[in-house]
Amino acid sequence: MTVTTTSPSLPPGRKHRKTEKILLDIGRFLVVLVTTYLGLLAVTFFIGRVIPIDPVLAVLGDRAPASAIARVREEMGLDLPLWQQFFLYVRQILSGDFGTSVLTTNPVLTDIARVFPATLELATFGTVIGTLLGIPLGVLAAVKRGTLIDQLVRLVGLVGYSVPIFWLALLSLLLFYAKLGWVAFPGRIDIVYEYTFTPITQIFLLDALLQRQWDVAWDVFRHIVLPGSLLGYFSMAYISRMTRSFMLNELAQEYVVAARAKGLSESRIIWSHALRNAAVPLVTVIALSYAGLLEGSVLTETVFSWPGLGLYITNSLQSADMNAVLGSTLAIGSAFIALNLLSDLLYRTLDPRTRTR
Amino acid sequence: MSALLTVENLKVHYPTRSGLIQAVRGVSFTLGRERLGIVGESGSGKSQTGRAIMGLTAPQALISADRLEFQGQDLLTLSPRERRALRGRRIAMILQDPKYSLNPVMTIGRQIVETLRTHESVTKAEAKRRALEMLEAVQIRDPERVFGLYPHEVSGGMGQRAMIAMMLICGPELMIADEPTSALDVTVQLEVLNILDGLVAKRGMGLIFVSHDLRLVSSFCDRVLVMYAGRVVEELSSGALSEAKHPYTRGLLDCVPKVGESRHPLPVLDRKPEWAA
Repeated sequence: MTVTTTSPSLPPGRKHRKTEKILLDIGRFLVVLVTTYLGLLAVTFFIGRVIPIDPVLAVLGDRAPASAIARVREEMGLDLPLWQQFFLYVRQILSGDFGTSVLTTNPVLTDIARVFPATLELATFGTVIGTLLGIPLGVLAAVKRGTLIDQLVRLVGLVGYSVPIFWLALLSLLLFYAKLGWVAFPGRIDIVYEYTFTPITQIFLLDALLQRQWDVAWDVFRHIVLPGSLLGYFSMAYISRMTRSFMLNELAQEYVVAARAKGLSESRIIWSHALRNAAVPLVTVIALSYAGLLEGSVLTETVFSWPGLGLYITNSLQSADMNAVLGSTLAIGSAFIALNLLSDLLYRTLDPRTRTR
Repeated sequence: MSALLTVENLKVHYPTRSGLIQAVRGVSFTLGRERLGIVGESGSGKSQTGRAIMGLTAPQALISADRLEFQGQDLLTLSPRERRALRGRRIAMILQDPKYSLNPVMTIGRQIVETLRTHESVTKAEAKRRALEMLEAVQIRDPERVFGLYPHEVSGGMGQRAMIAMMLICGPELMIADEPTSALDVTVQLEVLNILDGLVAKRGMGLIFVSHDLRLVSSFCDRVLVMYAGRVVEELSSGALSEAKHPYTRGLLDCVPKVGESRHPLPVLDRKPEWAA
């Protein structure tokens, strides 16, 4: 009981062990990444084989002679055993070959590089709005639990996740575009600028601001503000609801009583004690909602003719463009994996209990 | 003797859908710079009494008293802001389990410094120096290291010492300890109690020690209030425990086992409705 094992100066082996620990962490991280990706590839591969679209017919059309069909089948490796096909598929993907889109005749990877930033921009816009509004509203509702404010926040949230987005999108277009003329439509940018504006990162808002083209930035903003706000509203509904419940849970904890006993102000207790604890699970919620917007804004993109991944997938699906669909699925999956890893990392920095010592 | 705290006919009521719950029903006592124990079973109102003095009862609680004065200051007429300024600076409170009462995502050092900087304007370096001093005062051997640790990285005893440091750093005159050792191992309990006792004696603070452990309280405090169903049923000086007259207190004392004695049947605590009347 009287023996202390810690000494003020670091023992010589400690630093070495620390780098070892970090290397181990990175190794673990890579293993997780690789296995998750293999799983994802297995799923897309499997989908590609089970759906009733013959890739050979998709290329040759249904009037090709049997000999040609057999030759192409062999060229595409479709006569090989399944595991070899999978191996080929993985190798193809790793070398960046996602195949060619039948619909656009471009390599799928080029298409995705063009449409994904549009979706990313829209989803980011929505998530930023959803987070900036959702967290304060959720906190407010939790602190004023049971009051009119709480009921109002919950009502706004309830509407947010029960109203179909395409309906809200059409109505808001009718009001803000057709009647009031406050916003621009359709697409991401006015046709006037389409040929004069050369984007760098493909995130138009950022590009226009970086190039100090204020008129372009304003036009891009007028295009994104309505679909972005709608997605933001839906994400806000979810985030505020989760924030409220996490905050109620934290505010009932003993450390909040202790913070009051210390004489701290209510605002300090709420924002830097309770919310700081609620932030830990909130990170996961926000990341999931962000990922949801990245994949699930199909309806919004269709209504607003937003040239993003959602629209691209929809069009590809309708014309049975398998390579494009599978490539987009991979892109969405990658975004999901990336966001998950990011939220895991954030989780660790926010919660000292989950850090490996 | 000037009283540090005067409580007269304190009542804490909670309105609920099924009627008024009377948690504390007229508690009176005065406290000097001494150690007062409040004992009682769960739901006897002992913790609620402590929280009412702190001003930390739930917002829907109805609190009334003929007098509730801290050093001549009427606590019930103070504004929330003035009440808050008292908390942590002149009246402090230790909670039961450091596992829950310390903020898990904040280092121990920051939590101690936070109390100090809420009530006094001191520089960061000065605050840290005083926090380290305080950690040393609660007999933490390696204050520099513990300062940077998170609550989950220390033992229960260490956590409770950090809690004491956090609450004592502004030098309060009154300390309310709400079951401060109930969550600790028996061996650590005495250590923590000795530290608390030493600091209370050295600084001449008043202490209200809320506990369900009659023996512990009587060996540690100068006076003991026994509460039952929201009322004080008996007040004893701790040396005179054996002279307890109230049947409830007698019952409590009877339940304490003695080494080498076998009792059949085991005594059962009596609860008579008329005691609560």
